[in-house]
Amino acid sequence: MRDVRLLAEPFVPGEYVGPFTNAHPGLGGVCTFVGEVRSDDDVEALELLHYAPMTLAGMEQLADQTIERFGLMSLLIVHRTGVMLPGEPIVLVSAAARHRRGAIDAVDFAMDHLKSDSWFWKREKRGGVWNWIEPRGEDYADISRWG
Amino acid sequence: MVRLVFLGKLADLAGVAEREIEAPLDWQGLVDELHGPLRETVMQDRTRIAVNGALLADKAALQARAGDEVALLPPVSGG
Repeated sequence: MRDVRLLAEPFVPGEYVGPFTNAHPGLGGVCTFVGEVRSDDDVEALELLHYAPMTLAGMEQLADQTIERFGLMSLLIVHRTGVMLPGEPIVLVSAAARHRRGAIDAVDFAMDHLKSDSWFWKREKRGGVWNWIEPRGEDYADISRWG
Repeated sequence: MVRLVFLGKLADLAGVAEREIEAPLDWQGLVDELHGPLRETVMQDRTRIAVNGALLADKAALQARAGDEVALLPPVSGG
């Protein structure tokens, strides 16, 4: 089972993780990662743009691939779009599995692929000026770990 | 007409997020329509093209017909 959402408004991760956990009695472990807009470096705001015909479908494919690869009971992915302020959550990934290792590795795998292989474009505002963020070499290195 | 959609920084380079051009449209026709930094960026290997939401393995194989939506996708930087 998967639950994949694109949200244009701020969200509270706990409001998703609680029901997700409760929906899977018998699980051995849940691993959750929440990414937030960093509040350093004079960043005033961050904007994530997506492309409706491809972004959600790509995330759903990633979720299916992650569930299969790590033998998960379920995977939850919540991703923001639009303008965000420092401290706001951008992304939530939560994996439910029979055993700890699968849940932890699945979240790591899904995050690496969301960062470097999903249809999002990011720009940030510093000193009142928006600048596009170019992909980083580390993102490609992260994804290559998974073969 | 074919609808061109410019994603990410390509929208800034194009000055618009979308634009319509005459159908049919192939890769050479697309390149001929674009100019300056926008054209250079679209020609880079890392810029991909999708037609109606389906990614092209080889953008030089672009063949868009009337009513199609052609998305120009620069490298992603998400998460």
